[in-house]
Amino acid sequence: MKKLRLATTSLAGCFGCHMSLLDMDERLIDLLQFIEFDRSPLTDFKTFRQRCDIGLVEGGCCNEENVRVLRAFRENCDLLIAIGQCAIMGGLPVMRNAIMHAEQPLNECLQTAYAPSETVWNPACRIPADAELPLLLDKVYTCAEVVKIDYQIPGCPPSADALWYVLNAAVQGNPLDLPPELIRYD
Amino acid sequence: MTTPQAATDYATDIVKNACRQYNNDASRMMDILWCVQDALGGIDTDAMTVIAQQTSGYRVEVEGVVSFYSFFSSQPRPQVVRIYLCEDVIDQHAGIAEVAAVFERTLGIRIGQTSADIPVELHWTPCIGLSDQAPAALINFRPFTRLTPDKAEALARAILAGIAVHELPIGEGEGNNSKPLINVEVANNLRLPGAVYFAPHRPLSGLDNAGRLSPAQVRHEIRQAGLRGRGGAGYPVWKKWEAAATTASERRFVICNADEGEPGTFKDRLLLTEKADLLFEGMTIAAYAVGASEGILYLRAEYRYLHAWLNHLLLERRRQGLLGKAIRGMENFDFDIRIQLGAGAYICGEESALISSCEGRRGEPKTKPPFPAQAGYLGYPTVVNNVETLCAIPAILSRGSQWFAGLGTEQSSGTKLLSVSGDCSRPGVYEVPLGISVKEVLTLAGGVDAQAVQVGGASGEMIGVADFGRSLCFEDLPTAGAIMIFNGQRNLLSIVHYFMRFFVDESCGYCTPCRVGNVFLLQAVEKIMKGLGEAQDIESMRQLSETIIATSRCGLGHTSPNPVLSSLKHFPLVYSSLIRENAKGMQAGFDLEQALATARAIVRRPAEVLQCEVRLQPADAHASDRLTGVLAYPLIARSGLDDYTVPKVDSTDDPSAHQEDAES
Repeated sequence: MKKLRLATTSLAGCFGCHMSLLDMDERLIDLLQFIEFDRSPLTDFKTFRQRCDIGLVEGGCCNEENVRVLRAFRENCDLLIAIGQCAIMGGLPVMRNAIMHAEQPLNECLQTAYAPSETVWNPACRIPADAELPLLLDKVYTCAEVVKIDYQIPGCPPSADALWYVLNAAVQGNPLDLPPELIRYD
Repeated sequence: MTTPQAATDYATDIVKNACRQYNNDASRMMDILWCVQDALGGIDTDAMTVIAQQTSGYRVEVEGVVSFYSFFSSQPRPQVVRIYLCEDVIDQHAGIAEVAAVFERTLGIRIGQTSADIPVELHWTPCIGLSDQAPAALINFRPFTRLTPDKAEALARAILAGIAVHELPIGEGEGNNSKPLINVEVANNLRLPGAVYFAPHRPLSGLDNAGRLSPAQVRHEIRQAGLRGRGGAGYPVWKKWEAAATTASERRFVICNADEGEPGTFKDRLLLTEKADLLFEGMTIAAYAVGASEGILYLRAEYRYLHAWLNHLLLERRRQGLLGKAIRGMENFDFDIRIQLGAGAYICGEESALISSCEGRRGEPKTKPPFPAQAGYLGYPTVVNNVETLCAIPAILSRGSQWFAGLGTEQSSGTKLLSVSGDCSRPGVYEVPLGISVKEVLTLAGGVDAQAVQVGGASGEMIGVADFGRSLCFEDLPTAGAIMIFNGQRNLLSIVHYFMRFFVDESCGYCTPCRVGNVFLLQAVEKIMKGLGEAQDIESMRQLSETIIATSRCGLGHTSPNPVLSSLKHFPLVYSSLIRENAKGMQAGFDLEQALATARAIVRRPAEVLQCEVRLQPADAHASDRLTGVLAYPLIARSGLDDYTVPKVDSTDDPSAHQEDAES
């Protein structure tokens, strides 16, 4: 049987969703009989080796690199699954959009973070502008605002059980619908 | 020359007097605020503080009220001339944009901005009830109609020359509009009188007939007549009356809702101008039927030019013993009416929001139940009826419920006033039996090349030619009477867009689905208009609309998605012609370069494809307060790349910056 190829990435996220992936514990080993990781922090491949069956995306888009990675995932994955609140709704990073009504939102955001204050020592009033750093987007975008997303797994992070359930269903060729108890958080 | 202290004392005295005039009663906040604004041109923080002290409230409460209503200003500007241009879609089609441009150019001020140089302000405002004589504007609440660029220029020059607003040149007003107490150039445009409102009525015959019956019998007559509320929802009038009459209470109120804010509606304007006595007779009968002794006419600020006239009529009625103690010799029947002026809020047309406003608060709807008929104004049972509804009462009592029930259809008895505007040769008010078809109305009004008809204003339904055979009545197409006609030249999506923007502006903000959801709907319409929409956007608009309707607590949220839903239903091709699937699974609505433009400007990093000269802006006086990476470059918040020039990375990087990097 041909193994499913899986790619994962963390965009503007905290890697918590990837921690959940690891939290599958020994089940991950069982899963590896049926799944092969392509581009992923787990393999440390920075580019796609081959076209993939499934892409898991953690985090939304807050900078240029996030967008380029996400687009690459869309182009190289048959199924694209957004995992976790940041990918689906923007999560914590999207709080910066709350100042979007300011006249110069991004400017104000940087001011808030880098202007000299009692807790920020920045006598030259500089902001990070190194060419190595990806450019910030004007606001944080959810994955679905940038590319088509096929499925979403909610949670902050989604539980290992939820991720395992979905991957297992994909391996079995079953529909990818999560039972309610796996996405209940109260 | 007055000193600042003297000016402050003067303002404080004005504010204190205003409060005293209304017994320092916080529930009369609207009147107090109008009084202060009329004298000082606005209500500033100092005035709010004094009002709060006088009425034993908090400043933030007063500020909450001031900021809620669009016609209250927090900037005192004595002698200011405030020009409100009607931005309604009908006025747009009639050319308000050209008129606005002339006002801007001649006065030298922009819309929405205030100028210290001249005491004139220009504002947009939603429908002011003059769609039949658009484009129109209010100048210090005096209406000016059928504006043209030439007329606008003449008005603007006269204002600049210091001519008082009440002396500005006007055309002749029709009917009572030319009376000294009104004196505006408004036309009545009554195109078709019908059997109820504009048929001959012997004054007081309804009231006298009512007086011969018991209150319960009067309520029964109204029930037999099958009269339903004319404000749009069509709730049976007798049910409200019965609930108010049978709820035990020492005080009851009758409120007339003259807050005709639905875009495209203006029939109450005509009734208030020509048939106010009929209205007051109807209110008096209603008071008798439910046992109320106090009445309020809630007059929208856009109709403030009728305030003096209506007050005069009330005085006349008091003098004739038609208001006050023992009306028409009926012992134990006391009733009087006061006028409550609104201040510009569409939501106040909703009855519980209207009551909030009458109580001197923000015009926010209340949670129901209890319904106003059980616990309304100040907690007492309150009947709130539309102007048109109350105007039908005297005729019913005078000519009998059977006669009234025989008009119209089975479930929608009587006649209905239609406010017809837009692309037709005879815009105006038509009194027609309920059940009339849209096609018949179009024929009457001369809307020969109609492509779409908006039935019931912004919150109503937009229908196409295939549905012109449908009937205007509560069984089929319910309406408060607004019929806006659009010919084949009109862009329907831009009409939908305007209506959604209207709801975004007018949502009171209490319910999140309405406050936020309508913004998302508006954005979705904009996305589709730009040609960036995809099939799934349509589906998500539908879902969002359902959520807004299901989870908002008042009629605004229940109906605000209607422009989207009804245009989707009746004009699917308008949408589908603009929808396209984007290749490779990318979202067309996301433009990376545009999303990066601001950051490029801030960190001075060009797009690779660009090779252009740097044009630095001189650092300004406050430079030291801000970040170097930020201050030297003009930020264009909504920039495309064409809007500014950016340096090449190597040639323009500040050498001192590198130095500092090395040091750190």
